[in-house]
Amino acid sequence: MLYAILCYNQEDVICGWSKDHEDEVMGKLIAVQENLAKQGRLGPVARLMPTTAATTLRKDREPPLVLDGPFAETKEQLLGFYVVDCDSLEGALDIARDLGKANPGGSYEIRPIAMFNPAPTPESIGEAVEA
Amino acid sequence: MTDLGWIEGALTAARPQAMAALLRYFRDMDAAEEAFQDACLRALKSWPKNGPPRDPTAWLIMVGRNAAIDAVRKTSRNTALPPEELLSDLEDAEAEAAERLDGSHYRDDVLRLLFICCHPDLPATQQIALALRIVSGLSVKEIARAFVVGESAMEQRITRAKARIGAGDAPFEAPGPIERAERFAAVAAMIYLVFNEGYSASGKAVEAKGGLCDEAIRLARLLLRLFPAEPEMMGLTALLLIQHARSDARFTADGQAILLEDQDRSLWNRQMIGEGLALIDKAMLKRDPGPYQVQSAIAALHARAGTAADTDWGGIDALYATLEIMQPSPVITLNRAVATAKVRGPEAALAMIEPLGARLEGYFHYHGARGAFLLQAGRKAEAREAFDRAISLANTAAEAANIRQYLDRVTAEAERS
Repeated sequence: MLYAILCYNQEDVICGWSKDHEDEVMGKLIAVQENLAKQGRLGPVARLMPTTAATTLRKDREPPLVLDGPFAETKEQLLGFYVVDCDSLEGALDIARDLGKANPGGSYEIRPIAMFNPAPTPESIGEAVEA
Repeated sequence: MTDLGWIEGALTAARPQAMAALLRYFRDMDAAEEAFQDACLRALKSWPKNGPPRDPTAWLIMVGRNAAIDAVRKTSRNTALPPEELLSDLEDAEAEAAERLDGSHYRDDVLRLLFICCHPDLPATQQIALALRIVSGLSVKEIARAFVVGESAMEQRITRAKARIGAGDAPFEAPGPIERAERFAAVAAMIYLVFNEGYSASGKAVEAKGGLCDEAIRLARLLLRLFPAEPEMMGLTALLLIQHARSDARFTADGQAILLEDQDRSLWNRQMIGEGLALIDKAMLKRDPGPYQVQSAIAALHARAGTAADTDWGGIDALYATLEIMQPSPVITLNRAVATAKVRGPEAALAMIEPLGARLEGYFHYHGARGAFLLQAGRKAEAREAFDRAISLANTAAEAANIRQYLDRVTAEAERS
């Protein structure tokens, strides 16, 4: 079985970390990831940009509504995600609109990815964090 | 799990929101500060034992409020007692506060707190000092260090600034749309001032002031979270992130400034630049341009260039032309001339800055840039004159040293020919 592990924390606290503290935490996380990668059990790893960079597409209406900021409702649950490569936010929104036509209802939150490692190997983990 | 480092981070992160709500409640800056301090002390006692609350900000607001009520009750026995449930049950308190925090007035609380620090009677440095003390919660000692003044002098300055703004005339009604936009503009300008105070530091002051850039970015992000649809706030945040991304490349090991075109671009922080570019991208969709968005777009063109030679100077020239229309200022024209010189040559740049002479006569950068254009145009004698004038107006040793490099070049070239 594949499992997704979704990371939640207080963004304003994490964004306020000093460089030293950030490096320390990342170092510890890299050690855990390397161990998993050696066993061949680690899939894609991503770090998202802060919610201030997020845009939400509400597809429960036609045409869908574009809202600034993250998905903030509590009645709906996170059910899945896509990773897409686009030149701009407009491009990502176009894809989200297409997906929304295929499956109306609910919302998509579009969030730029700060760091992405598609198929981690022990060697690639440190590099992806640096990039 | 609730270690002291985490608690400290949570208290710092909660401070602007908590102080803003407490200020609305008490309508007095000192009372709000005292209540917040009190709540923090209680958090340090309670959180390690009981674990952190679900919503630390709501907890601090409620506990701060109750602690103050408690204190009043102790000093004035004759006053009617506040409702008991306000004082004891923290779980209820938290739920109640969390509900209140969802209200739309909550965003205006934080905006108001920042806006109060931008009182027009206060000189810029006092606005910054006040915001750092009240909103960011930096100690007087830290602020004094950033401004390179004694601690007691800074203490006096902050006390005087607080007295001048008073809390009496602070605008506590919910602002209308026009008023909100005005507050927004004043607060954005103040955040940029905080950033520039850190960014413009050179030499030994870099270390002392560097934290101000981080603090400004934190405030900008905070406002953007509260007002997620404001394109100018996206622009300001992007501008600060992209500029700050260069900080590791801006100085030599011995503290000499390195010009943008000479910086080692591999030292630029790609993650910060990425976030800045994403915010600009998002702002552009709003099709509501403003000065911060244009400035961030200029910074983005520099950030996108792999080498100095790859810089899209034509694009930068056009963006400065837009900025000149939005915010006419001789300094912006001077900046534009640097891009114009790259695109259309030094004579075009000289023609552009010629009319600025009267207004920028005492401005170091005017004479420095003019000297560089004259040198490029091969007018060496005039270039030397302009550089001499620039050195006489230099504000820092680093500025003077930079111009001396140009002067040495003029001299070297004169000797060779």
